[in-house]
Amino acid sequence: MLRLILKRLLTAIPTLLVLVTAAFFLMRAVPGGPFAGERNLTPQVEQNLRAAYHLDESLGMQYLRYLGGLLQGDLGPSFQYPDYSVAELIAAGLPYSLQLGGLAFLLALVVGIPAGVVAARRANSPTDMGIMAFCLIGISVPNFVVAPLLVLVFAIHMDWLPAMAVEAGRGMGLRNMVLPVIALALPQIAYIARITRSSMLDVLGAGYITMARARGLSERRVLWGHALRPALLPVASYLGPAAAALLTGSVVVEQIFGIPGIGRYFVQGAVNRDYTLVMGVVVFYGALVIGFNMLVDISYRLIDPRLRRS
Amino acid sequence: MSEQHKKHLFAAFVLAVVALLVWQATGQQGTETPGIADQEIIPLEAVLRRGNGPEPESLNPQNSRTDPAFNLARDLFEGLLTHAPDGDLVPGVATRWEISDDGLTYTFHLRPDARWSNGDPVVAEDFVYSFRRLAEPSTAAFYAQNMAPVVNGSAILSGEMDSSELGVEAPDTATFVVRLVTPTPYLLDLLTHPSMYPVNAKAIEAHGKDYGRPGNLVSNGAFVLDEWVVGAYISLRRNEHYWGNAINRIDRVIFYNTSDDSAELKRYRAGELDFTYTIPLQQFRWIKENLADEFRVHPYLTTYYYGLNLRKPPFKDSPQLRQALAMAIDRELLTEKITGVGELPAYGWVPPGTSNYTPQSFSWAGLDAAQRNARARELYAEAGYGPDNPAQVEIRFNTAETHQRIAVAVASMWKDVLGVETTLVNEEFQVLIQHIRQGEITQAFRSSWIGDYNDAQTFAVFFQSDFDLNLSGYNNPAYDALLAQASREIDLAKRRGLLEQAESLMLADTPVIPMYFHVSRHLVKPWVKGWQDNIMNLQYSRHLSLQRD
Repeated sequence: MLRLILKRLLTAIPTLLVLVTAAFFLMRAVPGGPFAGERNLTPQVEQNLRAAYHLDESLGMQYLRYLGGLLQGDLGPSFQYPDYSVAELIAAGLPYSLQLGGLAFLLALVVGIPAGVVAARRANSPTDMGIMAFCLIGISVPNFVVAPLLVLVFAIHMDWLPAMAVEAGRGMGLRNMVLPVIALALPQIAYIARITRSSMLDVLGAGYITMARARGLSERRVLWGHALRPALLPVASYLGPAAAALLTGSVVVEQIFGIPGIGRYFVQGAVNRDYTLVMGVVVFYGALVIGFNMLVDISYRLIDPRLRRS
Repeated sequence: MSEQHKKHLFAAFVLAVVALLVWQATGQQGTETPGIADQEIIPLEAVLRRGNGPEPESLNPQNSRTDPAFNLARDLFEGLLTHAPDGDLVPGVATRWEISDDGLTYTFHLRPDARWSNGDPVVAEDFVYSFRRLAEPSTAAFYAQNMAPVVNGSAILSGEMDSSELGVEAPDTATFVVRLVTPTPYLLDLLTHPSMYPVNAKAIEAHGKDYGRPGNLVSNGAFVLDEWVVGAYISLRRNEHYWGNAINRIDRVIFYNTSDDSAELKRYRAGELDFTYTIPLQQFRWIKENLADEFRVHPYLTTYYYGLNLRKPPFKDSPQLRQALAMAIDRELLTEKITGVGELPAYGWVPPGTSNYTPQSFSWAGLDAAQRNARARELYAEAGYGPDNPAQVEIRFNTAETHQRIAVAVASMWKDVLGVETTLVNEEFQVLIQHIRQGEITQAFRSSWIGDYNDAQTFAVFFQSDFDLNLSGYNNPAYDALLAQASREIDLAKRRGLLEQAESLMLADTPVIPMYFHVSRHLVKPWVKGWQDNIMNLQYSRHLSLQRD
């Protein structure tokens, strides 16, 4: 196990380096620059700005400068927000993204897996169809429809829950989190339920399940004791990227609920040509995906004893 | 793992989740403060909640560049002059000033009771420091150009001279002198711009780029920075040392980040904002039907236009084609059916409401639609185009629904009236800007020109041949001569005449096609008192008060 982790960490370094290099040069290949706006700058002012951020140096020099900073854990200054460094911006948004993403992830697991199991057990029954219809809606109706609907119904018409995720002086309380967590979790619940159902159906057709039933075990024991664990393998491989995506937040959900997470930096950074901010979130997201994929590999070994021996 | 084990494990997991939720919920109860309904019964303090658009980039006024940041700077800082609620210029830190007869020296007398939020007096040296800092290249200030009219300002900007050479002086603590290269009649307006606000030298030296953070920011305005939750809100509280506190009714201001205008409207409707930054255009009709009493529209110093690239065909050396295209657009239809939020059709370049100025119009603006179209067809034919030889024109605009709809409408008007064949190209904003600046592949391009201060000069300079942002590439020696003459003119009435003459001259050449003048749009709750719409779209929190019935 330790060897696996070490091996994974070692291969992560070249992966990240490729990611950083590709992102750096792709970002610079895009036309436009970080300082142009509807109110235009005179060239002298723009030149001073470029010099202040070392953008007047050659691209290779800038790349080396960035790598050098990265080795020391420095993600550089933000071009768009001169009061903050990129690391500070990510650190400021992370607690919100972690809290909401973490809760949404838990909710997706707690609802999605049992729903998939129940649907598989009663395959083609009205219950199954009901669950799968719900999943179809959950997957196909996008966040930017679900989230405003939730706000309209629960915040404006019913006045039960706040429309804003963070209120001055109150921070982000549980009441504030309900709507964004539901909006974030809904598509994930649907995906997890569908994956669980189909892999559960595969497993239920396997010989050892027939054997278990023949031994006279109760259907519940067959389902939760014998079938669930192998059925979770495909779910586990989906959970790695899903967790990384949830924890870095969703641009749409963040905008609608005013969540100060880091998801919006992906889009804002690219639109504003805030090179360092884009690089920062790419590196962070890349590291997160690599980390979660490692966890998935480890969880495989926990779920499937055959992998432990090999 | 045995069957029993697994059951326990699952139970433990579910318990842990429930425990987490309960802990969150109870932890919340302890800190819960009264809701909106309760606040009306216990008015602890007057808290103004403003929708403020996207995240402000900086709270250091010399590093800010967008309206959200400027709105905050106007509450946090105060310049030599400031605005009355209706947008008029009134004394700020300076109580009075003298202008020398040649218009080149401005002497400001500072009020003795002006204080920084740490209690120190605001002195003339503070302005010397701040103006030098704005001009200094290493500050990387977006509005450093504001120092160009000051003696040695341009040389400092280009790094040829040290910022200590800037033409500003403090003969004593209460007197601040600015020396100019040319008379700059709009200087007093310029001084209300956030980039010209004083910053606290001691705090900047101590904190550097962290000056704009809670705890570090020492400011001289009606409010001080209390809390900044990046991406969510910025909260200010009353500055105990502000000289004008007697009339300030607001104890706390919260600027909410509302980068999504639909989400902002929902928050406003849920009672979480006292006024909005803007409105979502696609919900304009709904707002007009349901919130008409709370909806405010007012002209704003911005012109929406199609620029014509005069460096390349088809617009190079073809004023007839440019005029024909400008005439063939039905601006009333555009502003009623397409934009539809009370924008004013633009037949000239400088927006109405610009101080000390009579906006000029195209010579044909008085014709009715039929006459106009007939004249446009004549000009089109003169330019050498006709049904067998239609002009091929390309419009470039940045990807956005409004721009798309306007471009489609304009293309169909050109087709109907003249038979022009128009290609529409939409590009991402940054790409479009780069193409416009290069002036190689653009023909007609969409843009807006935003006035930085309330004076026609900020619009006139756009067409000066050596101006860096003359995007159309307009080059008319007569126009340049009029502007040069105006910049030397001290008599305000004569200067105004020169600028008006210049605008007429430029419009006749039609290097751009103005479409409409922008408006500011806000939703304001009925309990917000003291609100006055103004051409600069400014709302100082200290001018407002809250009065719930």
